[in-house]
Amino acid sequence: MLDDFMTRAFIAGLGLALVCAPLGCFVVWRRMAYFGDATAHAAMLGVALSLAVQTDVFYGALIFAIIMAWATTQLSGRNYAMDTLLGVFAHSFLALGLVIVSFLSGVRIDLMAYLFGDILAVSVSDLSIIWTGTLIVMGLVAWRWKPLFLSTLNEELSYASGYNPKREQLFLTIALGITVAVSIKVVGVLLITAMLIIPAAAARNLARDPELMVFAAGLVSCISVIAGLRSSYIFDTPPGPTIVCVALFIFIVLNIFKTLRRLAR
Amino acid sequence: MNLVTIEGLTVTYGGVTALKNVSLDVNAAEVVTIVGPNGSGKTSLLKAIIGAVTPLEGSVKTKQGLKIGYVPQRLNLDPTLPISVGKFMRLSNKINKKSCLFALEKAGVPELIAKQMSELSGGQLQRVLLARALLGDPDILILDEATQGLDQPGSAEFYRQIEKLRQETGCAVLMISHDLHVVMSTSDRVICLNGHICCSGAPETVVAAPEYQELFGTETNGALALYRHSHDHKHDHSSSENTEAVN
Repeated sequence: MLDDFMTRAFIAGLGLALVCAPLGCFVVWRRMAYFGDATAHAAMLGVALSLAVQTDVFYGALIFAIIMAWATTQLSGRNYAMDTLLGVFAHSFLALGLVIVSFLSGVRIDLMAYLFGDILAVSVSDLSIIWTGTLIVMGLVAWRWKPLFLSTLNEELSYASGYNPKREQLFLTIALGITVAVSIKVVGVLLITAMLIIPAAAARNLARDPELMVFAAGLVSCISVIAGLRSSYIFDTPPGPTIVCVALFIFIVLNIFKTLRRLAR
Repeated sequence: MNLVTIEGLTVTYGGVTALKNVSLDVNAAEVVTIVGPNGSGKTSLLKAIIGAVTPLEGSVKTKQGLKIGYVPQRLNLDPTLPISVGKFMRLSNKINKKSCLFALEKAGVPELIAKQMSELSGGQLQRVLLARALLGDPDILILDEATQGLDQPGSAEFYRQIEKLRQETGCAVLMISHDLHVVMSTSDRVICLNGHICCSGAPETVVAAPEYQELFGTETNGALALYRHSHDHKHDHSSSENTEAVN
């Protein structure tokens, strides 16, 4: 069954959909959209270094995504605002990554595959990495759900309830790093933020409860993956961007639906 | 024993001193209000008590098993975050719906339990935050400018509720406030803070103290405080006849 590249693509995409749903909700709630984007860009340096030492890009991406996320969390608020630091690190890490790749002679490297992802090239070992990452992140978020949520609403409230919001932020950061690393092959660096944010944003219209919103975001992402892969096969379009287009389509439809319902009332 | 004992507390942020050598006690069932201009370290003081900042020097001791009910200034409530009041209340451990409703009743807003947090007005949100702080019967309520964004009647109403709660439950109250009029009439003790404790004592004593008047002005008993001052001000004791107040 796993011999078919389309089947592997579906399984990989669904793993990604499930990992992005809970994290995407937190990214949207905490207004961290740019954070996910920057982490993903920084991971490119990890990808380049992994290629240089000929190891799986997963590890390099994971390490650099976490370094970047951790560094900005630690340094922000001292001399620069968070988004300034993110801008500095994200773009310089991306540039460094691209420069390093240009030095790698001999191997023909299709960097586009890491920028836009190549879900059709997912191997069985990639599948196990993606699903391991997905389960770890889902477990992490489920375990820290209440404290994470409380620290999103108010840091002091979280301290007063006996939780350390800085530690919760670190959990989220690590989860985001894992997500970026497992997603790099599937949707690529540039589209990770889209998969984190669009389904979560679309789900807001469906839910009046945080858990339900995560569930709805998961549903939107799964539908985007399945419909996106099918249409990319039919119309011969690049699969990663097609998935994002489907997610965008759902987002728009749900918003029109919501507006109409409000007008009807 | 005191609920909270603070001794020689100094707090700095990246080299900038927010609080210097502050000592303060809060006793059971006492209402203590902290007043002071913006940037005077009021919030840092509360943060040190709940453990959100680590002191550079000095100590913050709380009574064994002290239960703190904390009412924050505001929530970072993104409009994309769907959560009902009841669910928000139960984000602490081991809270059932019944105690949740009871706390909302004590805060005067039981009808809000099924509402979405994002649909609440400023006053309703403050009541819900108060209700959340009341869960688990706190020994002390800590309020960080809880009436910010409320109009005059709204905040007066809110403080009446606090006063009523204190009488009913006997919990102590430590709050930061800008509503000087209301504060003066309901507090047992007022602390005037500006990086250090300028003066403290019964409301009428503090209002009369030259340190207080220097910070908040003398007209209308400081109710029209303009916060025009230097943060590293020196108390000009020589020009004043009443130099007894604490420095």
